[in-house]
Amino acid sequence: MNNEHFSEPAFVSARNACKLCSPLGACFAMHGIEGCISLIHGSQGCATYIRRYGISHFREPIDIASSNFVEATAIFGGRNNLFRALDNVTQQYQPQVIGIASTCLSETIGDDVSMYLREYLSDAKNGCRPIIFYASTPSYRGTHIDGFHEAIYAAVCCMVQKNNNVTKTNRINLISNFVSVEDIRALHSILQSYQVPYTLLPDYSETFDGGTWEEYQKIPEGGTPVSGIAAMSEAAGTLYLGKALNPERNAAYYMSEHFHIPAEYVDLPIGIGNTDRFFDVLNGMTGSPMPDIWTKQRSRLIDAYFDGHKYCAGKRAILYGDEDFVVAMASFLDEIGVIPVIAATGAAGESFSRRIKESQKNIQQHLHTETKIMSDTDFATIMESAAELEADFALGSSKGFYLTRQLGIPLVRCGFPIHDRIGGHRILHLGYNGTLNLFERICNALMEAKQNAAPSGWTYI
Amino acid sequence: MTNKYELPIAGEQFRDEVADAYSPKLGKKRKRQILVNQIGGDGTVPEILANTRTAPGILTMRGCAYAGCKGVVLGPTRDILQIVHGPIGCCFYAWLTRRNKTRPKTPDDPNYMPYALSTDLQEDEVVFGGEKKLMAAIDEAVALFHPKAIGIFSTCPVGLIGDDVHAVARAAEEKYPGINIFGFSCEGYKGVSQSAGHHIANNKVFTDVVGQLEMKKEGKFRLNMLGEYNIGGDAFELERIAEACGLTLHSTFSGNSVYDEFASAHTADLNVVMCHRSINYLAEMMETKYGIPWFKVNLVGADATAKSFRKMAKFFGDDELMKRTEAVIEAEMVEVEKVRNEIRPRCEGKTAMIFVGGSRAHHYQDLLREIGVVTISAGYEFAHRDDYEGRKVLPTITVDADSRNIEELTVTPDAERYNPRISEAEKAKREAEGFAFNDYSGMMPDMPDGTLVIDDCNHFELEKLIEYYHPDLICAGIKEKYVVQKQGIPMKQLHSYDYMGPFAGFKGAINFYREIDRLLNCNVFKFTKAPWDDSPELSATYNN
Repeated sequence: MNNEHFSEPAFVSARNACKLCSPLGACFAMHGIEGCISLIHGSQGCATYIRRYGISHFREPIDIASSNFVEATAIFGGRNNLFRALDNVTQQYQPQVIGIASTCLSETIGDDVSMYLREYLSDAKNGCRPIIFYASTPSYRGTHIDGFHEAIYAAVCCMVQKNNNVTKTNRINLISNFVSVEDIRALHSILQSYQVPYTLLPDYSETFDGGTWEEYQKIPEGGTPVSGIAAMSEAAGTLYLGKALNPERNAAYYMSEHFHIPAEYVDLPIGIGNTDRFFDVLNGMTGSPMPDIWTKQRSRLIDAYFDGHKYCAGKRAILYGDEDFVVAMASFLDEIGVIPVIAATGAAGESFSRRIKESQKNIQQHLHTETKIMSDTDFATIMESAAELEADFALGSSKGFYLTRQLGIPLVRCGFPIHDRIGGHRILHLGYNGTLNLFERICNALMEAKQNAAPSGWTYI
Repeated sequence: MTNKYELPIAGEQFRDEVADAYSPKLGKKRKRQILVNQIGGDGTVPEILANTRTAPGILTMRGCAYAGCKGVVLGPTRDILQIVHGPIGCCFYAWLTRRNKTRPKTPDDPNYMPYALSTDLQEDEVVFGGEKKLMAAIDEAVALFHPKAIGIFSTCPVGLIGDDVHAVARAAEEKYPGINIFGFSCEGYKGVSQSAGHHIANNKVFTDVVGQLEMKKEGKFRLNMLGEYNIGGDAFELERIAEACGLTLHSTFSGNSVYDEFASAHTADLNVVMCHRSINYLAEMMETKYGIPWFKVNLVGADATAKSFRKMAKFFGDDELMKRTEAVIEAEMVEVEKVRNEIRPRCEGKTAMIFVGGSRAHHYQDLLREIGVVTISAGYEFAHRDDYEGRKVLPTITVDADSRNIEELTVTPDAERYNPRISEAEKAKREAEGFAFNDYSGMMPDMPDGTLVIDDCNHFELEKLIEYYHPDLICAGIKEKYVVQKQGIPMKQLHSYDYMGPFAGFKGAINFYREIDRLLNCNVFKFTKAPWDDSPELSATYNN
């Protein structure tokens, strides 16, 4: 099996990047905690850019404060600015929680935020204050996904109940990856169906996708309750969606080390195989069989695979996005016989190539094709590699639009960011139903392209 | 004639109650930035505190110096290859997000705008320096495109780790003779807002670009348009009108622009300034060095557009040009008035608030007024006192430490190329006749007495404004959009235009009237009930 098409970046510069910076991911995760406001320790431009970028995807308000560095702060350090920012945010918004994310600016000058925080919290006048936690997220290290996981790690370390006499219960901890609001709602439904207490962290399904407001909300309603995070130490198990993680610096590992809670890491439940594995783990942790509704969904999905397979089988796709997302998507494409001619991610990870190869069982055996696996890459490089590959469509965020426009192929939008469609943040990817949704989107995009190109104008295809 | 608007709750009460919610020190400062407008008999307006630091932790609408330099001023030009030197985020966030349009003359003409190039600095480079990587990125850019010019934009860590982008630029120029390579020290923490970045951009474009090329476009009446960024195609509409009038638009800084036009801008005979805040430095410096006069124009609003084009024609003083301009205005106004007359009765008396930019909060009031919408509160994100009160206050503006950090260039007349387009005597004569040069009278003199002027309005204050005054429409940016619409109030983005436009010129005015009509009168916003709908609304009066 010849699959050694792992390509090293040929360029030093990033040309149309396929990744964002770590404070962005951290802030988004923080907004999945109830009553939490995020605070960027750095220049106000970081907060503004991240707000405007997130808002363009979610079409919802995203409030991120900052410690507003100016030149003098960059020289003398950000301690006083941080203290004033914490005071002002507390006074204006009365949050339950403040999550602080550092930036390349504060990290470059060596600001020790943990030390500042200890000082701030030891000051008696700050007695009645929100919970404050800090995630170190210099944007020169990793991507937005690393920032996302780091913020979850920091929140859990800070907020979980640490008493020695915590009584273990049948609670399930589910740590979601950077998934859509609809995905989080789907995870809630799944967890609820097992009828056990659970903590789903983070949960921005309401904070980033709420309804209209009868009354002004200083901080949007929703999010993982603080009490839910505290109770994570009593759980029977932690299920982490995703594997592109620091193995010894993530929330599940932390709880396994400190509270002996078994940690399971699974691929995102996209595709039948991944979703089966996800349910297997849940069944094991809860000691219950998979509730019937999911069996029925699974069966409907297989039925749809039968119906739609002829439209997608053998088609060639360009797949890009965050590592865990692309790996799970590759596994799903493998099930339906779509060949990912390119599987690409902007993150620099050792595991990406191996995981993509592992995801390809069907295609390698039957179609004898090769996937060009690209990590630490960007859209210009993807474009250069794609030119000769005769792809039929691309799968990923809005940022691939330039690519598909040049190639004259459809773009099936999924992942993050999607700012050229309505409802981009509400796309369902996870579970059997999420897989069904993606399957239908792919088939329909291919059918539409075929129909538009056919001279006959048939309406039965 | 006084122009007065009586707010249902006095602006002073709003100011005091909002200030009380802050710490005493911050409250005191905000009171100097939240003013009730009052125009004195001699046209004076109250003094506002502007261009000062935003307090940490306050959710400001502002961005950073990098955003002002890379995003605003240089972003819209298509054939200066732009390299963002820093970690990945800043480059990604400025990747075509401002929606400046451009139109290469042929499909083969270079357009680097969809190309977001970053040095993507990693931890090692932050520790050991990123200059080598920057040089490698320049090598790659040259190998790929061989552009005429390369701009390097510094993000926060660059200055702090000791990278000298200017030295790298000089070294690269030696390596690649014929390519103009220049760096901007526009680290995000410089200054207090985007404004610092505008100034940094103006300085570098002036010293390193303008005057590099002796090229005159054909035409008798040649001018540059400064501070027009072609959001949603505004510049296309203005180019259309200018051409119809018989004017030669030599360059636009920087909507739909190319390097050669910048480099030869010193050959034009007039600079008109649209966005005063972001580009007045360049206008001033070009006048001093090359003798090109400038005046302020407003090309947002049909009446303002007509007035501004009349003024341009009058400057050149050519009868044929003036006649042709009048004919264009007359022809264009037919459709403008038809749409305006249809829409105005549906919008008359509605109230708006505008918080945006350094000029737009002023210009868009004209456009709203044309369909009877009253702006009851307005403010800038990053303006200075002169944008509020007029340039006459320039000598009295105190320069604080944050502004002092931004270099103020000393400019002298060019030994060979200084050529005053009109003599001092002619200029004085025209000024005596009421023709203003180097002018900007500011936003406040154009706003009714009693309205609220708020500098650097923040998230909290915007909420309070909604609570107190229930405006029918709010105009600001994307960060404010959804928090406003959540409450059932229509919101118009005036940075990106909600991906619509153009809104400048005559056709733009028609687009805007229709868009505001849609927002104020459409069905969807009626599905949600505003919190105050159950209580009787206080009446407001607008007296001319």
